[in-house]
Amino acid sequence: MAAINVKVNGVDHKAEVEPRLLLVHFIREVLRLTGTHIGCDTSHCGACTVVLDGRAVKSCTVFAIQADGREVLTVEGLEQDGKLNHLQEGFFQEHGLQCGFCTPGMLMTGYEFLKNNAEPSEDEIRHAISGNLCRCTGYVNIVKAYQYAAQKMREGGAQ
Amino acid sequence: MTPRTSPEVGGMGHSVKRKEDPRFLRGQGNYVDDVVLPDMLYLDIVRSPYAHAKITNIDTSKALAIPGVAAVITGKDLAQYNLHWMPTLMSDTQMVLPVEKVMYQAQEVAAVLATSRYVAADGVDAVEIDYDPLPVVVDPKKALLPDAPVLRTDKEGKKDNHIWHWEWGDKAATDKTFQEAEVTVQEDIYIPRIHVSSIETCGCVAHFNKVTGKLTVWMTTQAPHAIRTVFALVAGHVGLAEHKIQIISPDIGGGFGGKVPVYPGYVIAVAASVLTGKPVKWIEDRMENLQADSFARDYHISAELAGKKDGTITGLRIKTIADHGYTDAAANPSKFPAGLFHICTGSYDLKAAHVEVDGAYTNKPPGGIAYRCSFRVTEAVHTIERIADVMAHEIGMDPAEFRFKNFIKPEQFPYKSALGWEYDSGNYAAALKLAMERIEYDELRKEQAEKRARGELTGIGISSFTEIVGAGPSKHFDILGLKMFDSAEIRVHPTGKVIARFGTKSQGQGHETTYAQIIAEELGFPVADIAVEEGDTDTAPYGLGTYASRSTPVAGAACAMAARKIRDKARKIAAYLLEAHEDDLEWEPGKFFVKGSPDRAKTIQEISLAAYTNHPPGVEAGLEAVDYYDPPNLTYPFGSYICVVDIDKGTGEVKIRRFVAVDDCGNIINPMIVEGQIHGGLTMGLAPAMYEEIQYDESGNNLNGSFMNYLLPTAVETPKWETDKTCTPSPHHPLGAKGVGESATVGAPAAIVNAVVDAMWHLGVRHIDIPITPAKVWKLLRENGVSE
Repeated sequence: MAAINVKVNGVDHKAEVEPRLLLVHFIREVLRLTGTHIGCDTSHCGACTVVLDGRAVKSCTVFAIQADGREVLTVEGLEQDGKLNHLQEGFFQEHGLQCGFCTPGMLMTGYEFLKNNAEPSEDEIRHAISGNLCRCTGYVNIVKAYQYAAQKMREGGAQ
Repeated sequence: MTPRTSPEVGGMGHSVKRKEDPRFLRGQGNYVDDVVLPDMLYLDIVRSPYAHAKITNIDTSKALAIPGVAAVITGKDLAQYNLHWMPTLMSDTQMVLPVEKVMYQAQEVAAVLATSRYVAADGVDAVEIDYDPLPVVVDPKKALLPDAPVLRTDKEGKKDNHIWHWEWGDKAATDKTFQEAEVTVQEDIYIPRIHVSSIETCGCVAHFNKVTGKLTVWMTTQAPHAIRTVFALVAGHVGLAEHKIQIISPDIGGGFGGKVPVYPGYVIAVAASVLTGKPVKWIEDRMENLQADSFARDYHISAELAGKKDGTITGLRIKTIADHGYTDAAANPSKFPAGLFHICTGSYDLKAAHVEVDGAYTNKPPGGIAYRCSFRVTEAVHTIERIADVMAHEIGMDPAEFRFKNFIKPEQFPYKSALGWEYDSGNYAAALKLAMERIEYDELRKEQAEKRARGELTGIGISSFTEIVGAGPSKHFDILGLKMFDSAEIRVHPTGKVIARFGTKSQGQGHETTYAQIIAEELGFPVADIAVEEGDTDTAPYGLGTYASRSTPVAGAACAMAARKIRDKARKIAAYLLEAHEDDLEWEPGKFFVKGSPDRAKTIQEISLAAYTNHPPGVEAGLEAVDYYDPPNLTYPFGSYICVVDIDKGTGEVKIRRFVAVDDCGNIINPMIVEGQIHGGLTMGLAPAMYEEIQYDESGNNLNGSFMNYLLPTAVETPKWETDKTCTPSPHHPLGAKGVGESATVGAPAAIVNAVVDAMWHLGVRHIDIPITPAKVWKLLRENGVSE
């Protein structure tokens, strides 16, 4: 067992974990933040995507101990002061989700991507989410949701 | 259709934003693996490395020695309770855990119970099983040969691998049509085995309370009520009665038909909870999901079309071998072993048709009905749309013109097809014309000719399909004897808010929003004031679940009918309050008013309160209604899709340049949601057409058992779908609505294949089996002297 200290959504969490514990299970089962999902066992689907020290990572492919001393943002941390962020709002307005299972990962990928690309083309968005599989939407409205958020961020700054 | 209600009310036709989204966007959905109960144990499954083998020994000692491993369950443990086999929906039998032999690779062999999923996985690794391999049967055609090893030795007297023979239509008339035909074409069409791969896999949390004797199971099921009944029928002898079984289907991360069947994992988890008295969680991983859960398709079809030289088609003859795996666990209505495959005459008016299907056992997992197939309609549509295109090309007629010539005409509806279905309504030519205008068909044909002259390969493919959804009328449709009705229960609170529950179960299709819109349409309550629930068998009315695009046709109809019962009662209350005769009242969404005196009115909210505070003498207090809707017919949505492809001669890569999809599902409840269903459905049409296939080698090894090689399309592979619609309401549905969830997956693959073949017909290519991979196209190009 190893002692770790991870800041998740702004809150410090100390825990004793097995070195083999995957970050996604730490988030879901130890912290009980179940927005982050598991959709595969080969690191393809991206349903487990979280932001680790500013970078979108697939948390099924990171051990919890590798997050020691670092900051994690999950879908539960996106809403600020009771207000959805632009990307969440975009998914809602543009019908970018159906079953909702890929949605948290799609949001976290976009959270990093849009911070670094204020005016993405459709092609850039499609490549940005190519690590996130969705079985419901056919991606069309997810692209629109990203565009919606990018527009809002350009108008009103990051949120 | 112009909405009748205001956007604030949000009835039919409004693109109401989804009521489900606020929780999903915040990570606050409640999916099965999110459920945690005190003292919960985790179940993991030991699976067979062999496709066919005798089990000679199972040694659990090392697993049981691992701290945290609570138990290892084998077939022998379940056999004590006669739970080692279970019935399938097709009255076959399926192993829960084997006692003597395994029948496919990845089959469940034993189950480990432990205090965490990690320890359970350690336990699985530590279980030692000895096998004695047996001859493997993979090819269903070989399975039916006289010398094939007999797989189902458990079935007394079974001497072959033939499951059933099913045929439909007038054979003599069809044969005569072929004898008299001026033109006939024949093609072998294989529609390969694929897998739904919903992003959430299957799983459950079973909790048997030893004190109350009540079993509660949270599970990924599209049909929770039927599951409850099945559990009671299978496990009644160990004390599980139906009123003591509660199935909760919470938020489901996609279903697509993969969450209709009962999988052994569920049954083992229930048995484990009953044995231990503790909650037991089972969540499969992706490889288990791909390798062991219900597959889709796997039809080996020989199709023949007869017609005249002028392009009139006269007859259709189809023979099919269906690979069902080692048991027939296809999730079909019980009278239809090949589903609704006999919708295969499609959108065309032809005289005679005959279809035969033979089911075969092989050493593969069971299934067949899944992946937005509407009970084998994917196979039917693919067959007719392919063979029609072959004939059009054969006689040198434009495929669009060929279709116009043969379409069932609008005035022919209701139309009785050669195979006995009564199509409700349609205007097929209008949909195809719109699609052709959208894509500029004539221009494309010119461009194609110019490109061909330059040696470039461009193809245009059409698919003009007719769906059949909304199973179904009780006369013909049942699941294990349960008639395929569905239900709605609507209860109005005193303050004019509503709770409504349904016998269906959304897996992302937006029922919480769209059912509320039906109630808003019928009663005038704003959508925001209506709570919709599904999936808890203790609270929701009995229904058959959500699959085969049946929710809108059946439960949607029940919803309208129940709302109308409430409206009838509301009229009585309004008449009492307004001191008017019922016949003098007029309704507009949200209120009754006295004819000619619009000021003398009572709103539905005022009526709701009166139902509890001032109800008329002789009328029951309260305001609620239930409806169990037995549909008079199915609904027949349709569409025309056109795909344009460009083929790279050097690599064989097919690029979809454009894809226009025109759908017609009658009156639309929520255009935004319908469009989303079509986008997703088209992508699930693209996937098997170009990327996905589950293959087996000769030893029965699954070659595409993970996302490493089972290729779901990403946003990069998925083209930009262009959608449009026409509107031909269903005359028999209370709202004029038809199902639509599966249309796009049913219709799209043929458009893609037709486009690729169209691009290569002049080279001598007549047909390509899906998935159309670059390797297949490159090989064809090479064989026909195009690529080096």
